[in-house]
Amino acid sequence: MPLIDLANPTRFLKLSGLLLPWLAGAATIALAVGLYLAGNAPDDYQQGATVKIMFIHVPSAWLAMAIWGMMSLAALGTLVWRHPLADVAAKAATPIGAAFTLICLLTGSLWGRPMWGTYWVWDARLTSVLILFLMYLGVMALWRSVDDPSRAGRAAAILTLVGAINLPIIKFSVDWWNTLHQPASVVRIAGPAIHPTILVPLLVMALAFVLIFVTLHLAAMRNEILRRRVRTLMMIEAQAAPGRG
Amino acid sequence: MSALTAIFMRDLRLAVRVGGGAGIGVLFFLIVVVLAPFAIGPDLALLARIGPAILWLGALLASLLTLDRLIAADAEDGSLDLILTGRTPLELAVAAKALAHWLTTGLPLAIATPLFGLLMNLDMQASFAVALTLLAGTPALTFLGLLGAALAVTLRRGGLLLTVLILPLTVPVLIFGVAASNAAVTGSVPFAMPFTILCALTLASLVIGTFAAAASLRHGME
Repeated sequence: MPLIDLANPTRFLKLSGLLLPWLAGAATIALAVGLYLAGNAPDDYQQGATVKIMFIHVPSAWLAMAIWGMMSLAALGTLVWRHPLADVAAKAATPIGAAFTLICLLTGSLWGRPMWGTYWVWDARLTSVLILFLMYLGVMALWRSVDDPSRAGRAAAILTLVGAINLPIIKFSVDWWNTLHQPASVVRIAGPAIHPTILVPLLVMALAFVLIFVTLHLAAMRNEILRRRVRTLMMIEAQAAPGRG
Repeated sequence: MSALTAIFMRDLRLAVRVGGGAGIGVLFFLIVVVLAPFAIGPDLALLARIGPAILWLGALLASLLTLDRLIAADAEDGSLDLILTGRTPLELAVAAKALAHWLTTGLPLAIATPLFGLLMNLDMQASFAVALTLLAGTPALTFLGLLGAALAVTLRRGGLLLTVLILPLTVPVLIFGVAASNAAVTGSVPFAMPFTILCALTLASLVIGTFAAAASLRHGME
């Protein structure tokens, strides 16, 4: 089905309504399997059981970056193709992205306490994730402070695209100021440096997190469409109200 | 006189005459530098160590906080509509405005830095190093702030929201600006490495800032 068919919000509501229960079910199953596998994964010989924080921490870090990428695609959809659902998608993704970034920061600091002896270090990677979080909050603040959705949508789209230059900085900051945080060890030219007993649960958890995101995102988009309809209806009603002219 | 020179000269004149904001930035910068020792204490050795960082923070805030009127004033008096409908490419027009703004705000900051460095107990060489990094780095702040100024017009909001949106983007400039200044003071890493990256950031934000600001104005004004 071409993307333009989804431009009709009514058709989108219908299709997403059909998909949502299946997506929610798949997310639940993937999360259950992932948590089971993660629970049975061997402990690290140095870090003990705390290494299991990774199964939450790493997928949320991936999603934190991937959601901004998705928002950038939606921003292109808003600015270039004027797709009517693109700014709905971008707006619905922002708080979810902020939530995953916060999960990443919180689990990271809980993991850092036993490992590094402190909740927070000003390491390059942590700092750039914190900045990503601040940027998510900035976009949310922008959406909240302007009442006209299409005006806010275009401004947020430009800000998102400019912010996308921050994503490569996050990825490469590890190599620039390699300090306390371990360098990237899953996506490497020489292949993963993680043993399969850890890698498989990690990938299942990543799949589960992606499914959770897609489910939440579709639901949030449906809410946003309905919210805009309510807003339009209220404006029509206010205009038609007697005594207002 | 071409349209670009006209815009450039007009903004310069508006900035330096009565009602313009030139000079306020340097005054703000001076006050931040004066306030820092009250917060930190009059320890000269400590001030010399963190001096470059304080000078950079002051310059960062001074150049961003002066920017939110850059395009809003044009939108109010109607000249923005003329610029938008004119044949001059909008990207170049906003770049000319940003350049005029930098000449009246960013450049005075860099010139004043060797003097303010004395207050921070920096020696002559360190002061001039900080001034040089500010000279190379403040255009990046101006061009990033240009995007903020354009968003301020299209959203009809200003002040804190725009600062919140733009400040995270200035982090790389701050990192490499302070790193280059410290490299010149301590000599632990070669000065050229962070300094050339700082110059690269300035050139990149020249492109990103002008195109994003022009896109924001085009999409926001229709």
